[in-house]
Amino acid sequence: MNSETASLVEMTQSPLPVGHVTRVMSKDKKAELAAVTVGTGKPNPQDEALRWANCIVRIRSDQDRVAFAELFQHFAPRVKAFLMRSGADVTMAEECTQEVMATVWQKAHLYDPSRASAATWIFTIARNRKIDAIRKMRRPEPEELTWGPEEEPDQAETLALQQETEALGEALASLPEKQRELIEKAYFGDLSHSEIAAETGLPLGTIKSRIRLALDRLRHKLK
Amino acid sequence: MMMKQDQIQHHPTDDLLMAYSAGTLPEAYSLAVAAHISMCDESRARMHAFDAVGGSMVENGDTVEMAEGSLEATFSMIDAKTPEVSAPPRNRGVLPAPVQDYIGGDLDAVKWRPVGMGVKQAILPVKGEANARLLYIPAGGAMPDHGHRGMELTVVFQGAYSDGHERFGPGDIEVAGEDDDHTPVADIGEDCICLTVTDAPLKFNAWLPRILQPFFRI
Repeated sequence: MNSETASLVEMTQSPLPVGHVTRVMSKDKKAELAAVTVGTGKPNPQDEALRWANCIVRIRSDQDRVAFAELFQHFAPRVKAFLMRSGADVTMAEECTQEVMATVWQKAHLYDPSRASAATWIFTIARNRKIDAIRKMRRPEPEELTWGPEEEPDQAETLALQQETEALGEALASLPEKQRELIEKAYFGDLSHSEIAAETGLPLGTIKSRIRLALDRLRHKLK
Repeated sequence: MMMKQDQIQHHPTDDLLMAYSAGTLPEAYSLAVAAHISMCDESRARMHAFDAVGGSMVENGDTVEMAEGSLEATFSMIDAKTPEVSAPPRNRGVLPAPVQDYIGGDLDAVKWRPVGMGVKQAILPVKGEANARLLYIPAGGAMPDHGHRGMELTVVFQGAYSDGHERFGPGDIEVAGEDDDHTPVADIGEDCICLTVTDAPLKFNAWLPRILQPFFRI
């Protein structure tokens, strides 16, 4: 691994300091996840992230329709916007978003809150739908690790992951406008770098170096 | 067949991993990245990081209001579907699972076609302009001298090859640009099996007359 990629890897691998919440959260996982969600007063992004993760856990274990409705209300409009920016018209985006959310219900048993935030997991489902429905291609997926969904996700890891997710969101938000726009285009626009070049009028080399710069900054902020 | 993770020396670039995570790569390139990640925990962790960037973009991105009754429509969709039976875990033989998905089995299911000098190939049915094929290079044999017009990705599954500068073993991914004109030579110890992906036909410089290349689809 070169040093440039190291810190982005660390972002997912090495937990940030978790503090006292970890100890409070060590017993009954589900109940306490819920307690933290409602128990800390003013919602902050991390509590929000835990709340969505908890919704998926409730769908998985109790087929909880209230939890699904909450998740739907928050994520469906975001998924729809993502699909429309990727080139779907409003009818197709609506239809695909419903399918994405139905998939969230059906695959809830595969969700591990210690490995991905709810937003990240839903993004991967929406992205796959985009490739299938809009790009009309297959999405080759890596082989799964021999990690079983039956295994209870580790609570400290779950909290650490949600904190990292929050840190990542803040780091992205604080990137200079131009750099953030390019990363957004790369993710949302369904544009290759050369298509971004055509759209923005920037030469390809500039775009590649700006994206690289943006990633470097992101890594630096997350150190 | 187990590989030691620490043997993997060559990883995808940020560009490639980010585009794989964003879902903008041609199918053949996605296949090469997925095959490599199947064998490399380090790249898997980087992929998760790029997925998290995508998640953050969705979380903090724009919203578009859903149509009226969309939640009810989604519940109907959920109720109409029989619960998914989890697919059995896909296991790697010599070939990682995403490659096996295109072949319908492991190495023994590959329909090789000889292309000369003991080298064999099998074209995989990927959509789009970029093409993917498995190559079989006998131990000590040479992949025909070639350059290529676009980016070429190679992932090694068995054996190893050297291109004169560097050595690529199981799990390694080689990212070669347009200007790289190289002659990979398989290690003497074992036949080399790899996946090669290009977005344009290879240009062979010597042994295969150019006119025959379309016939062999290489």
